Amino acid sequence: MKKNPLTLQRNWNPDDFLPASEEEKESLVIMRESVSFWKDGFRRLKKNKVAMVSLVVIIVIMIISFIVPMFYPYTYEQQIRGSENLRPMAYSVKELERIDAGEKVFPHILGTDKLGRDYAVRVMMGSRISLLVGLIATGIILIIGSVYGAVSAFFGGKTDMVMMRIVDIIYTIPDILLIVLLSFALKAPLNSLAAVPAFKWIQVVGVNLISIFIVFALLYWVGMARMVRSQVLMLKESEYVTAARALGASNARIIRKHLLTNCIGTLIVTTTLQIPSSIFTESFLSFLGLGVAVPLPSLGSLASTAINGLNTYPYLLFAPALLISLIILSFNLLGDGLRDAFDPKLKH
Amino acid sequence: MIKYILKRLLLAAVTIFVVGTLTFFLMNMVPGGPFLSEKAISPQAQAALEAKYGLDKPLFQQYLTYISDAVHGDFGESLKQRGRTVSGIISSKFPVSARVGGCAILLSLLVGIPLGCFAALHRGKVLDSFISVISTCGIAVPSFVICTLLMYFLGLRLKLLPTLGLASWKHYIMPVVSLSFYPTAYIMRLMRSSLLDVLGQDYIRTTKAKGVSQFMSLFKHALRNAVLPVITYIGPMAAYTLTGSFVVEKIFTIPGLGGEFVGSIGSRDYTVIMGTTIFLATIMVFMNVAVDIVYKLVDPRIKLK
Repeated sequence: MKKNPLTLQRNWNPDDFLPASEEEKESLVIMRESVSFWKDGFRRLKKNKVAMVSLVVIIVIMIISFIVPMFYPYTYEQQIRGSENLRPMAYSVKELERIDAGEKVFPHILGTDKLGRDYAVRVMMGSRISLLVGLIATGIILIIGSVYGAVSAFFGGKTDMVMMRIVDIIYTIPDILLIVLLSFALKAPLNSLAAVPAFKWIQVVGVNLISIFIVFALLYWVGMARMVRSQVLMLKESEYVTAARALGASNARIIRKHLLTNCIGTLIVTTTLQIPSSIFTESFLSFLGLGVAVPLPSLGSLASTAINGLNTYPYLLFAPALLISLIILSFNLLGDGLRDAFDPKLKH
Repeated sequence: MIKYILKRLLLAAVTIFVVGTLTFFLMNMVPGGPFLSEKAISPQAQAALEAKYGLDKPLFQQYLTYISDAVHGDFGESLKQRGRTVSGIISSKFPVSARVGGCAILLSLLVGIPLGCFAALHRGKVLDSFISVISTCGIAVPSFVICTLLMYFLGLRLKLLPTLGLASWKHYIMPVVSLSFYPTAYIMRLMRSSLLDVLGQDYIRTTKAKGVSQFMSLFKHALRNAVLPVITYIGPMAAYTLTGSFVVEKIFTIPGLGGEFVGSIGSRDYTVIMGTTIFLATIMVFMNVAVDIVYKLVDPRIKLK
């Protein structure tokens, strides 16, 4: 049949429809699995020796402060009569008698304080409290800060202006003043709330501790909010946000599903760096005597008590001072490592 | 330039006013009062005291009185330290804190900037990693730990330095060193990273190509640009350091403004709280304005709007 010279019809061979040969298939084989965001980040993190060492240190400190006290033969508030102010690894007269009688007495590894409480377990409990404050306060800060920052940037305009001026004002007031005022102000309402049966748990955790959580949460979310806002301002112009809006997604869904999930790198880094600064502030507050209530210890209050007897019992200072420096140092180093791994743009 | 400075000063006044207002109402929201803790006085005497200082009036009226007095330069009398005016307390305590703080700022600049430059110039060598280890530790160790360790080893063990008060120049050494620890470490880090940034720029390569000596290219071209982030940091840092650190003042028993401030919050000495907060905010805001002006002087490219 003669073809029209103007036709677009092609000449097909039956060979063109044969199954592909092995050789041809090879070009389509995926050589390497696609790397997800998390895998990529963790691969880079694993290469960073300093960050991995600090991660191990953090895990060891967590085991020591959360698990070891459960099996420890002494408790943090138990006062042992007759063994006040013992040096590290020393025994009191009574305990020596018991050892002579064939009994086993667990040594006071770090000695005892002036009320005869085993210092090693107190330091462990202290670091538990410090870590708890760091982690929980940072969790609350993460939630408030990221939502506030995202909402402010997403709606923009006047909303953004008003919301950011509030942030600026919180920034300018000296934070120590706010902390002290708020922790005094919160004490009475929390105490009365603790009297209500449904809120009994407040007494278990301690009014002071909860007021510290709230104060930190109310104060320190501003940094996080600024960080998230600057990210969202950039992200909200992306095509996928426009696409989501065209598909009829609600504002809440866009913020939750698209904007915040894309800030995850910044969020991880800011959170990890917020933890040591919360611990730092808590220890400072405890040092002022505004932190957790006695007999609950925190590393700051232990150090602050130890200063009064510095001349006679210097060893009481070293353990909490060292531990708090170690915790803050390793969280800082881990945060730096995470920043390099998950947010290479931020790298200096 | 002058117009810009005037505008900034006006904005600064607004900020100070907002901070003062917020502090006033926050402070009064907190339960308790300046005369509640004194058990020895009778209710009548307490009421008389409150009437004397105008604390029995409605809160808003108290606020108006305070603001109009403050605008006229009268910050009132201390409620707790009878017969002392707030301005008197600040002017007697601030110089003490400022002397210690000023020395600390000088020390941290004199140590931090050269060491940071040194680390950047010897990037990747042993000394560089040594300096970064020191600066990371300096940031991680809380000030009260540094203070107490210094006090224990230098003061109590070796008996090299006196531990309490500010009687001679020797007394200054430990508070100044412990106060400057954190800023030094921070400036070192900042200086290192910003100098590394600048050294990678094209104009530094140009100076090398022109045959400018390394010394000149560093001091004339690189440092001037690299020091900008440090200036930004020094503004608020100087404000905090000059007005005194509570921890350092408590440990070394220095009668400074930081201790006065925290003490006044504890005892609800309303006028002192207000006075010191406004003072602190003023210094803070003016430091920020000063930083912007210095910025302009160091880097003529920056346009002040």
